[in-house]
Amino acid sequence: MLSYIFRRILQSILVLLVVGLVAFAMFTFIGDPIDNMLGQERTQDDIDRLRGELGLDQPFVVQYVKFILSALQGNFGVSYEQGRPVAQILAERAPATLELAAVSAVFALSLGVVLGVYTAIRRKGFVANLVLTLSLIGVSLPTFLIGILLIYLFSVQLDWLPSFGRGETVALGGWTTGFLTSSGLTALILPSITLGLYQMTLIMRLVRSEMMEVMRQDYIRFARARGLPERVITFRHALKNTMVPVITVTGLQLGSLIAFAIITETVFQWPGMGLLFINAIQFVDIPVMAAYLMLISVMFVGINLIVDLLYVAIDPRLRT
Amino acid sequence: MGLLDITDLTVEFPTRRRLFVAVDGVSLDVQPGEIHGLVGESGAGKSTVGAAVMGLLDPPGRIASGNITFKNQQVSGLDDEAMRALRGRKISMIFQDPLTSLNPLLTIREQLTETIRVNLDVSAEDADKRARDLLDRVGIPDPDTRLDQYPHQFSGGMRQRVVIALALCSEPDVIIADEPTTALDVAIQAQILDLIRDLVDERRVGVILITHDMGVIADTTDRVTVMYRGKVVETGPTAKILSTPEHAYTQSLIAAVPRPHKKVHRFPRINYGGDDPDFAIEDLSRNWPQYDNVSGDPLLQVRDLTKRFVEKRSILPWGRRYFTAVDQVSFDIMPGEVLGLVGESGSGKSTVARMIAGLYKVDGGTVEFDGDLVSDLSNREVQRAYRQEIQMIFQDPFSSLNPRMRVDQIVAEPIRHHRLLPTVDIPVRVAELLDQVGLGAEARQKYPHEFSGGQRQRIAIARALATQPRFLICDEPTSALDVSIQAQILNILKDLQEHLGLTILFISHALPVVRQMCDRVAVMQRGKIVELEDSETLFTSPSHDYTKELLSLTPRTENMYERPGSEPK
Amino acid sequence: MSVFHRFWDSDFAWDFRHSPVAVVSFLVALLLVLSALFAPLIATINPFEPGNLNLMNGFTAPGTQNAFTGESFILGTDDQGRDVYSTILYGMRISLFVGFAAVALGMLIGVTLGLVAGYFGGWTDAIIMRIADVQLTFPSILVAMLIFGVAKGFTPVEYRDQLAIWVLILSIGLSDWVQFARVVRGATLVEKQKEYVQAARLIGRGAMPILVRHILPNVLSPVLVIATISLALAIIAEATLSFLGVGAPSTQPSLGTLIRIGQNYLFSGEWWILFFPSATLLALALSVNLLGDWLRDALNPKLK
Repeated sequence: MLSYIFRRILQSILVLLVVGLVAFAMFTFIGDPIDNMLGQERTQDDIDRLRGELGLDQPFVVQYVKFILSALQGNFGVSYEQGRPVAQILAERAPATLELAAVSAVFALSLGVVLGVYTAIRRKGFVANLVLTLSLIGVSLPTFLIGILLIYLFSVQLDWLPSFGRGETVALGGWTTGFLTSSGLTALILPSITLGLYQMTLIMRLVRSEMMEVMRQDYIRFARARGLPERVITFRHALKNTMVPVITVTGLQLGSLIAFAIITETVFQWPGMGLLFINAIQFVDIPVMAAYLMLISVMFVGINLIVDLLYVAIDPRLRT
Repeated sequence: MGLLDITDLTVEFPTRRRLFVAVDGVSLDVQPGEIHGLVGESGAGKSTVGAAVMGLLDPPGRIASGNITFKNQQVSGLDDEAMRALRGRKISMIFQDPLTSLNPLLTIREQLTETIRVNLDVSAEDADKRARDLLDRVGIPDPDTRLDQYPHQFSGGMRQRVVIALALCSEPDVIIADEPTTALDVAIQAQILDLIRDLVDERRVGVILITHDMGVIADTTDRVTVMYRGKVVETGPTAKILSTPEHAYTQSLIAAVPRPHKKVHRFPRINYGGDDPDFAIEDLSRNWPQYDNVSGDPLLQVRDLTKRFVEKRSILPWGRRYFTAVDQVSFDIMPGEVLGLVGESGSGKSTVARMIAGLYKVDGGTVEFDGDLVSDLSNREVQRAYRQEIQMIFQDPFSSLNPRMRVDQIVAEPIRHHRLLPTVDIPVRVAELLDQVGLGAEARQKYPHEFSGGQRQRIAIARALATQPRFLICDEPTSALDVSIQAQILNILKDLQEHLGLTILFISHALPVVRQMCDRVAVMQRGKIVELEDSETLFTSPSHDYTKELLSLTPRTENMYERPGSEPK
Repeated sequence: MSVFHRFWDSDFAWDFRHSPVAVVSFLVALLLVLSALFAPLIATINPFEPGNLNLMNGFTAPGTQNAFTGESFILGTDDQGRDVYSTILYGMRISLFVGFAAVALGMLIGVTLGLVAGYFGGWTDAIIMRIADVQLTFPSILVAMLIFGVAKGFTPVEYRDQLAIWVLILSIGLSDWVQFARVVRGATLVEKQKEYVQAARLIGRGAMPILVRHILPNVLSPVLVIATISLALAIIAEATLSFLGVGAPSTQPSLGTLIRIGQNYLFSGEWWILFFPSATLLALALSVNLLGDWLRDALNPKLK
């Protein structure tokens, strides 16, 4: 088991290095940072001096190692657009995105699993079929349309909930939270539903199909033949076996919430990292793009590691 | 009145095209302390009977008519709730594959105590004690440790013992055992059947034993019911049915069981129901190249053949672990000879075949064919010639034909690949080949799924003959087929050897079949050949202990019905 | 029996005929694809032709007469006076073209790499699948955005609008090859073990004929399912990118661009600019998704 986890950690580090390479390649080959950082009135001396300062005259590998080392220290360079350190900008924006993603994750996971199990065991029921049909519409509705729809209903027509921004926030050290004010909480409702709905339908459909697959297995038939009540079969035998494949996919899904937040943040003008990234793409602000990419991949890799550990906890076959 | 009575049971599966009657007016009963065998070939409806009794029919199957009673209490037609009260508590079931019958994520203790507590009103400690006793009873050593293990930590035979323990949890009166030993090796199979027999005698339970294997019926059951296409054709005491069967189907079914105790020239063919095609293997011999099969040199020489598989992967060389599947195997095959290779699953016999065929790289040793070193896969010249001379018949005719190719394309592929004939002549040749294995002209335009198992195996034989090979490897060519079809296929193979002078390596785990087919036999155990003898000598006076053990496990067939006129040789 | 009769009589065709959902969604998808294909014939104007636009026609509600020009439009006009009906038809052309082309690209890459990885195994497999794993850790929309951003960095400013469509295809296509590769690799591993592949090797067939003639035809049905679902996802991805302003330019609006424009007028009451493109997008994505869902069930023998 230890070797399994060790191997996963090694793989994770490899993934991070590859992502780092992609991010670094973006730096090196796209546009010329000198062009971006120096104004129109520049001399060859300025260019050479900056080139030396940034280490651009060194070989590729040396630059890459330096890039990784400084990234490890939280140094991602300076934004072309804003002229401030990228790390600082990201730190300001991160709480908004992380709070939004966390609320959406709880929403998507709890509702997704419950509805998935329900639709799997009441296969022929009216409610189950209705939920299933609605879920297909949910998958077919692009996230931004869901957001617009919710805004139209709850902000424009009913005027119950705010249509943009985070509301009032409270600063706790370097972290700004919207959990402590009522306007902050109401502002979270629409965006987190928008962000979580798609993941929720995916999780639900996955739980349902895996559960139905498990219900066809011989050990479920055998459990029935031994006279075990349906309740025990569903929740003890089937659900646990369903969880093995569900956990992997769910881990990935929840990780992707942070990236999917880009769309939701645009629709709701939510001041998070996603909005920052979209602006960065439009301005080809490479340092911001690269840093965002690195940050997201660190989060993904972290989530994947947790998933792997959960895997081992659930499946005894991996423990030996 | 018996313990369990099934009267006039009819089970239907409505499908799109027609109403499929899987079980048609079947009646049978079980008494306490009795094993009632339910035998038939695949598709006879025997498993459906078991599922109907348990109320576990897969939709859209339904009981159309008939009655099932348990101790005079109505079973069929009960609602789910009432059915559950019977299931497990009164009637239990054992499934075919112990690998999939146990929940992989729960310990044996959890699965046992849960079942005990659901069915019997006992305390947690008592349930625990009972679980331990049950494991002990079904012959699992060291039950205290084993209880806390997971199913994947048990071997196949041990797992089936756990399954039996689970079925016994609630002290049921009736157990339905659906092919309980089919997935197991012969030696394990005998142990499990003995265990079931003992339990029946000891606890006076009634067992319905569903199987396709006449040997299992002969060894274990008290009474037997024979099913054919959903109907009962004959029922009665096992000894009587086996020695003097009355129905023609039962007669041919029993007669088709290969006998280990003496050699016959041809396998008796089933002459009831199923298709009985004409073969024209003799025709083939007219254009077949004649080889000199009498000179003294062996056609195939295998020396110190070795194959290792990686058991545990690792980046570090010293972290890797290997499993030696084939360990320094050597033998010769003379031209025109049939050499048998027998052993249990995992003994390495198929791996030997695949190395000879060049499908696996060898890890050591050599294979020489007609003087050429063919185990060196890099010699293209030799390989190309060798590919024409050697062909193989595989075990599973459902996987050995590409489902997306037409039959004529399948048979023509080797001819086209080796450019043996001008394109215009290929259809004629394909038609001839199919005709010679007993398939009509209309077969050419069809796809494999439109054929039965036996017909598919004949298509595979036609493909193997397309290049006019000298050497044929048959890897368990009949073990996926019903007894009645086995005889057909074995007879074709015999014809091939007789009329075309083919040299054959015949691989099987079924000793009776090997005896009928082979001139010499090699016995393999754990990757090594333990005995290589004349077929006659090996079967009458085996010298190695393992061979003796294998022989002792073959079903008793001395008193079984033999068709009048089946000629001893 | 003719080929058509064989098909008509097959279980697959029978299932299709007896599934109202499948028939309806097929017809809706077909209608939308056909109307996109024949847009120049059924649209009233070509909205991509700046000369056809009259700013005076801006914000005309559906079915009403414009106060200045007296013209009326079945689905109204947008802020620049573009006929919404015609713009949707032309926008759908772009959405569908990008969708089909991106799926074709993803499929070509994914199926090839999946076959190669599954059949040859070893290092080839390890490298291909590690790349797939890394890419899979990122949602495809993010990958598409990154590729889009990178491509934008490479293309000179004056060509960006012209190349935008191709960059879209490239970025969506490259972001979804992984699904194909994983499924095809899995299926290839299964097929490789089957004895018909061994039989072909025994005859002496090389790797290429075995992959193309034997394995490929047998892994096509899951590919078909993935392709259908991917088409819906690609259409949504294109709409999303365009909505975010990193996709189709506003001179050649796709459905997503139209929705982006329409969103600005949500609060001021010009609902039709947003509503009709959104409804079309939903109808398109939903019908393709329903078809894919049905296909998956119909082609999965385990569910029968």
